[in-house]
Amino acid sequence: MTTTARKGDGRVASAYLAPALLVLVGLMGYPIYQLVLISLFDYGQEQVSGGAPLTFLGLGNYTTLLSDARFWDVLAQTVGFAAVCVAGTLLVGAVLAVLATRVRTWARTTLFLAALGAWATPAVAGSTIWLFLFDANFGFVNEVLGTTGLSWTYDKWTAFGLVAAQVIWCSFPFVMVTLYAGIKAIPGEVLEAAALDGASTAGTATKVILPLLRPLLIVVTIQSIIWDFKVFTQIYIMTNGGGIAGRNLVLNVYAYQQAFAASEYGLGASIGVVMTVLLLLVTLGYLRALRRSGEAL
Amino acid sequence: MRFALTAAAVGVAVLAGCTPVQSGPVTSTGTDEQTGHLRVWLFDEVNHGPKEAVVQEAITEFQNAHDGVTVEVQYIQVQTRAERFKAAFSDPRSAPDVAEFGNTDLAGYVAGGGFTDLDLGTWDEAKDLLPTVLDTAKVDGKLYGVPWFVGVRALYYRTDVFAELNLQPPATLDEIAPLARRIRAAKPDLLGISAGGKYTYGAMPFVWANGGDIARKDGDKYVAAIDSPESKAGLRQYTELIADDICPPAQCAGNGGDASVEAFRAGKAAMVVGGDFNRKSVDDSAAAGKYAVVPLPGKKAGEIAPAFAGGNLLGVMKGSERKTLATQFVQLLAGKQYQRKMFDAMGNLPTFGDVQAEVAKANPVLEPFIKTLDAGTRFVPVTPNWAKIDAQAVLPTLLQQVAAGGEDLDKAAAQAAEQMNAAFGS
Repeated sequence: MTTTARKGDGRVASAYLAPALLVLVGLMGYPIYQLVLISLFDYGQEQVSGGAPLTFLGLGNYTTLLSDARFWDVLAQTVGFAAVCVAGTLLVGAVLAVLATRVRTWARTTLFLAALGAWATPAVAGSTIWLFLFDANFGFVNEVLGTTGLSWTYDKWTAFGLVAAQVIWCSFPFVMVTLYAGIKAIPGEVLEAAALDGASTAGTATKVILPLLRPLLIVVTIQSIIWDFKVFTQIYIMTNGGGIAGRNLVLNVYAYQQAFAASEYGLGASIGVVMTVLLLLVTLGYLRALRRSGEAL
Repeated sequence: MRFALTAAAVGVAVLAGCTPVQSGPVTSTGTDEQTGHLRVWLFDEVNHGPKEAVVQEAITEFQNAHDGVTVEVQYIQVQTRAERFKAAFSDPRSAPDVAEFGNTDLAGYVAGGGFTDLDLGTWDEAKDLLPTVLDTAKVDGKLYGVPWFVGVRALYYRTDVFAELNLQPPATLDEIAPLARRIRAAKPDLLGISAGGKYTYGAMPFVWANGGDIARKDGDKYVAAIDSPESKAGLRQYTELIADDICPPAQCAGNGGDASVEAFRAGKAAMVVGGDFNRKSVDDSAAAGKYAVVPLPGKKAGEIAPAFAGGNLLGVMKGSERKTLATQFVQLLAGKQYQRKMFDAMGNLPTFGDVQAEVAKANPVLEPFIKTLDAGTRFVPVTPNWAKIDAQAVLPTLLQQVAAGGEDLDKAAAQAAEQMNAAFGS
């Protein structure tokens, strides 16, 4: 049976959607509106507390930001760091999800409990514990490796590596659990049919399982990109606010240091807007690329 | 489509018609109540028991002298003070009447409309306040707080190590690096001197002693001077200390003042630039009884490198409805009697010349600090933009770039100067 749209359907649909729309506008629209608005003004502590008049800068904050060489360095660093974290998270999550479908119940339960533990640990606590583990003089890792005195957070690349490992550690469980559920949801008959047709294990994985997991993979990838692009806590705590001479800064920490700690809310808001736009672009681009290469979502 | 157009039009109209939220300027309400609740913010400290006891004594005295007045103290964390004060300035109703604050924050707080200027004309103790210390409480010639205590840094060294190696404490700044190198060569598990890449107030005396400065005043604006030849000579001298043969960058480049002193406390450093406020904690550490303090030497023998005059002030908030009471309470707590008690309780150096001389006479260990104070101290640029430069970590970044990042000093200093000038200009 096909239904044709009748006059008035749209209005009913709008009425049904209105509550959700209202919540979205209240919780998302208004803050974004304020963010954009503030980014157009010279808005510092003096202006907030009414000690100085507001000056409208137009795109002034954006030109300041985009002409700052440091911003571009930090942006490139953030993209690279996020890319490594996303790839690592997906890889570890996917491998462990497959592993979880192949092992006995007790092993799977142990794996899930461990993963959930990592997932449930607050970022601040997790970062601090990792710092203790990798402490130069008293850390467990240096003790085991026999490298007492080696400072993991001093060198730019070991520091980034350490933080990336921590980020992956606390974000892979989400990927693992999601993909595990996805694999489990694939009907047995499909796999059986593939086996009867003589498909190899590799063939089943790439031609049957992966396409079926595609929607889930898209969701976890986008989630990971957004999370890892916005990393703050781990960098702020583990590299003590951005590393030696700020060489481990990522965009969020940079925004905090340059703008919010320095009470330059206008400039900070413009960094926020730039980040939001970038993330939207990345997500849209990713979705388009997927649609072009295969089925629509 | 029509909906989208309408939405866009509405959006533009709303955007054009609106400005970000601004709370009304804090104006004194004109009311000046003589009774009621007086709210006070003081800093929490690691060991604030003795501080609390002295403050409680002052409160009791104050409440006995003023009928119908109660004083309520809240101890706030130093680390989160910026957020607390910003919130208080934005919403005067949640603000205290009296607050303790660091003197480097003063200019920013005053520009933020937070504190009211004080008239100490009728307070006869005021004349004994040390002029150099009092200057750290002034913005554009107006006084916004009473200095509660002052902090200066000097050179701590390990007497046992120096005796064993038959060494004398350095007589000039130039001698520090070779001396520290010799100590580390003889005792590889010791840092020659614990110098930190984030230890701005440990590094600045080197700059000042060489005739340099952070910034100089040009008309009514500041201009960065950190890239002058004199400043760079001082920076070179300090960053030279953060090297593998004195204080390895991997260990030292990330350290601020506390971490630098911590290495000395742990018995892992032969020297450190430390404050009078660190004395009690060092006496309670592995270095206890095995150390002495001398003023940080200057460029020539017999000179003392100018120290940074740190310290905290007590001020009255602009939005307070009990200004007279608040000022009276400040005068009591920051007065001679209670500064004396605070010295006994916390070791805080008094800001009155006569009280200082009195405690120095009774405590010879204070001598190097008093000498440093008497030799003349320096301060950070008194402008609200200093808070910004501080938050953006301009000076620590400069030190770290040179000491650990392998960056050229000229280039790093020029960069820092540029960033500072951008902040001064805004």
